[in-house]
Amino acid sequence: MKLLALTEIFRGDSQADRVVPPSGHTAWLTSFTAAAMTFLAVFAMALSLASGRLADRWGDALARSATIRISAPAGQMDAQTRAVLDVLATTPGIERARAMSDAEQRALLEPWFGPDLPLDALPVPRLIEVTEDSDGYDSEGLRQRLAAEAPGAVLDDHTRWRKPLALAAGRLRLLGLTSILLIGATMAAMITLAANAALSANAQVIRVLRLVGAKDAYIARAFVRRFTLRTLTGSAVGALLGLIGVAFLPSADVAGGFLTGLGFQGAGWLWPFVLPPLAALVAFFATRFAAFRKLKELT
Amino acid sequence: MIALENVAYSYGGGELLSEVSLRLAPGSFHFLTGPSGAGKSTLLKLCYAELLPTAGRVTLFDREVRSLNRDEVALLRRRIGVVHQDCQFIDHLPLATNVTLPAIVSSRTSELADLEDLLNWVGLAKLADALPPQLSGGERQRAALARAVMMSPDVVLADEPTGNLDWDMSLRLLTLLVELNKMGKTILVATHDLNLIRAAKQQVPARVLRIVKRRVQLAGADL
Repeated sequence: MKLLALTEIFRGDSQADRVVPPSGHTAWLTSFTAAAMTFLAVFAMALSLASGRLADRWGDALARSATIRISAPAGQMDAQTRAVLDVLATTPGIERARAMSDAEQRALLEPWFGPDLPLDALPVPRLIEVTEDSDGYDSEGLRQRLAAEAPGAVLDDHTRWRKPLALAAGRLRLLGLTSILLIGATMAAMITLAANAALSANAQVIRVLRLVGAKDAYIARAFVRRFTLRTLTGSAVGALLGLIGVAFLPSADVAGGFLTGLGFQGAGWLWPFVLPPLAALVAFFATRFAAFRKLKELT
Repeated sequence: MIALENVAYSYGGGELLSEVSLRLAPGSFHFLTGPSGAGKSTLLKLCYAELLPTAGRVTLFDREVRSLNRDEVALLRRRIGVVHQDCQFIDHLPLATNVTLPAIVSSRTSELADLEDLLNWVGLAKLADALPPQLSGGERQRAALARAVMMSPDVVLADEPTGNLDWDMSLRLLTLLVELNKMGKTILVATHDLNLIRAAKQQVPARVLRIVKRRVQLAGADL
């Protein structure tokens, strides 16, 4: 029944449309509300998608890697490095492990100490890059074995800083989704209020229609169709403006950092186009609910 | 067609109508008279289920109104044409659309072909595109009558249809109602215009009902 009513919205009934007065403050109020809410929803969606990407990156890319740092006197460095690599080679759950070369370590330190860093003259710890397999390894067991075989080796599995960051990114994604839901609910509430105002302002029209034998569904349809189409139009404008706004955010290449990554990537640019039909659906049900309730009151 | 059995209607703590029994037979012509505030409009509203009785039974086309849902009431109203005292139009729609509203809301487009004849019958063909606020009182009453008979209803209820009209226009409207009755329609007219009732009785065998002290009784020989 509701699906049929929904299809009638787009099929139209020119006679029924004319029954409701064409203008009024509710017309622009509805369109403006839909445009503003959709504009905000586009940014909330961009925030949610960007947070999702960040959470995935921090969650997946770093979850399977770890670093072992060996701090030992110069004479023992090679021996401890070999001992650590031997331990790792016999540890279940380790896919591969390799000691970073001097050149790689120099490259890591270059942003802070410049290109001519004399690694030999400084007590720089040796780094060993560890990649775990899909089963994972027992980090506590590995720590104990390292302590026994290479006292200067410290396992850093990134858990300490990765978990809170991934958690924060996940929360941001949830915040974005919650914002979209709240924006939708606010839009539904405002459209319901506007529909109620329109129905009250047209009490005389409703009285006449009742007098000549109009069913509630007929009267409601005239209002529902108008509000749904107004919302669809306003929301489409809001989505377009939101997309333009997101497109003009500073590029990540220029400034770097999380905020500049706020936006859409690839097929993600299509997501905002879902918002106008969703907004129209919200308007359809909100106005229908308001219309039938008001018509019952006006009996 | 329409029957009221021991009907009472109360509003705001006071009883407007009490123990009203009335039966409108098919093809009959009734006048309902009484002083202002006697309850004529209320009785008419009970006859097309705009109001529900506080006691007693109202039956429309053999259906008890209390048992009807809102859609069923809407369907029954398509069989009853109502001419309101204040006409009640949709002001932003032209006269022609207002007159055809009963056909539009019931999606009976075949009736729209009769519009020109209908407007000619009430003498408003030239005003088809005029908006209701642009019409005079007499034109509005005739337009309301045209709308009431648009769907060829079984019953026409008119509430003070000549209240704002001069005598000539009142007689013209009465003639239209008499014509409808001769076509077999059941007519009930609420009016306090006794001259109009006397003029009608010369043309049709109309029964005159009077509301006295909240009750409906048959009027005396003076009418």
